[in-house]
Amino acid sequence: MTLTETRPAPALAPRRARPKKRTARWLVPYLFLLPALLTFAIFKAYPIVASMWISLTSGAGAARHFAGLDNYQRLLADPLFWTSLRNTGEILVIQVPVMLGLAILMALGINSIYVRLRVVWRLGVFMPSVTGLVATGIIFSFLLNKDQGALNWLLSLVGLPGVDWLGDPVWARMAIVLVLTWHYTGYYAVIYLAGLQGVPKELYEAAMTDGAGPIRRFVSVTIPHLRPILLFTVVLSTIGTLQLFDEPFVLTRGGPDNATMTVSMYLYANGFSYFDFGYASAIAYALTIIVVILGALQMKFMGEKNEE
Amino acid sequence: MKNKAFPRIKGLPLTLLLAAVTGLSIGPFYWLIVMSTQNSNDIFAWPPKLLPGANLVANLMVLDEKIGLLRVVGNSLLIAGSQTLGALIVSLLAGYAFAKFSFRGRTVLFVLLLSTMVVPDQVMLVPLFEMMMKFGLMDSYPSVILPGLCVPFGIFLMRQALGSMPNELLDAARVDGAGELRVLWSIVVPVMRPVMAALSVFLFLGAWNQFVWPLITLRSPAMQTLPVALASLHGMQANTDYGAILMGTAVSTVPMMILFVVLQRQFISGLLAGATKG
Repeated sequence: MTLTETRPAPALAPRRARPKKRTARWLVPYLFLLPALLTFAIFKAYPIVASMWISLTSGAGAARHFAGLDNYQRLLADPLFWTSLRNTGEILVIQVPVMLGLAILMALGINSIYVRLRVVWRLGVFMPSVTGLVATGIIFSFLLNKDQGALNWLLSLVGLPGVDWLGDPVWARMAIVLVLTWHYTGYYAVIYLAGLQGVPKELYEAAMTDGAGPIRRFVSVTIPHLRPILLFTVVLSTIGTLQLFDEPFVLTRGGPDNATMTVSMYLYANGFSYFDFGYASAIAYALTIIVVILGALQMKFMGEKNEE
Repeated sequence: MKNKAFPRIKGLPLTLLLAAVTGLSIGPFYWLIVMSTQNSNDIFAWPPKLLPGANLVANLMVLDEKIGLLRVVGNSLLIAGSQTLGALIVSLLAGYAFAKFSFRGRTVLFVLLLSTMVVPDQVMLVPLFEMMMKFGLMDSYPSVILPGLCVPFGIFLMRQALGSMPNELLDAARVDGAGELRVLWSIVVPVMRPVMAALSVFLFLGAWNQFVWPLITLRSPAMQTLPVALASLHGMQANTDYGAILMGTAVSTVPMMILFVVLQRQFISGLLAGATKG
């Protein structure tokens, strides 16, 4: 190619082809962006905007009409929506702290200099997170069986009574917490592990010469260094749990007696069982608002400390 | 002992504890593999069976009869494969544009793209459903693949990775007369191979396991992916062939586990990319 360029006039073919082939420089980045912009506009931006509009309408097909904030008013007065929100909230406030706490302990354990076979433990605890949530739900629907499940069998081995994991309203929510914790803890542990390995060793040594014990070192060296990662994981797991669907869908079908009905399941039921698109879209936007507010609060709360 | 870093716990108890935790993590997989080879009665035996049974082939056959195993696995592979490849290309091209060109609207577009990451996917379900109805795409492969092509996280990841690539390399190739696509293919892609591998694994895993949207659009059994077929098999009250259900679950899980063990590095860096670079 270099040769053709320096060659004089007779090199006809490449020369003639060049101006046609060469796209104007300013156009190049837009051409590279085109596939992303097209798919973004059609399958993300449009649905997000359309969903907002649909949430302000009522009726289906040709009968659809503008209904103002009717759907949102109905939402506020709908006991089932509040039930689903309360269920989701209860699962969230237990699951996220328990899971992230366990993940930090796991990461500290694997990162300890005394531990052997580190790679094996990392591989093992990460394994559940490559499983799909549907598969996880199916596996645990057997493991959590009240009379023949392996978990109650394990409990009986240590002399504990069996638990009606899927039949009792409170335990059913705990079952969801348990399954999510099993599925995601190792994933977050590996994130924390990467963070721990990024903390400079000298800081620990300096803290030790100052006479700081292990807990003091954890609080004043490890935690400040992990803070951005902590923030990220708290936001990520909160958003994930707020959108919870697959697990209760497979494991409990929202039962018993709506005890594990989540906001996403209620949305799905309204949209795709009753085909009440306006109402389903209103639920979706309510969920979005909750996600954005909680995310912003967490960023503000944890981000501020970051600057100290 | 004196000058060693943080956790001061001695090795053996901690290692045993980690072994126990790892046991809890992979225990359910062992249980799954054992149970997928049992008949329905033995699955509910008390105490639980701890060693594989003899029903592997029988369970596979029942499963195939119920869901059309090859077809369903084929659907899953086809959808996850093309979604991965498509999203990878879209992400690479867009990430390259954002990282290596300056153009009007660059920042606005990038922020706009990333901002949709906070919008839950549920918001898009109803409009996508109506769109697919209108285009007559319900119950088709494109209905699942198309909405999965624009992955803001993938674009973000590619832009971050490309940002650290020296411009001189690209400019040298341009001076040599290489066209833009040629620069991309023979200079950028080889350097980006590890990141692209990690992103592919991330995309494939997500596409293989996706559930809500395929559940909505793939209505006929012949079009369903593994998770959708399994969930509906599992949800049928009349169906009591638990061996077949667990065999199906194993079929959807075990290949990913093997892939994970083989490509551990790509898996972990793909899943961690957002955490460590964000």
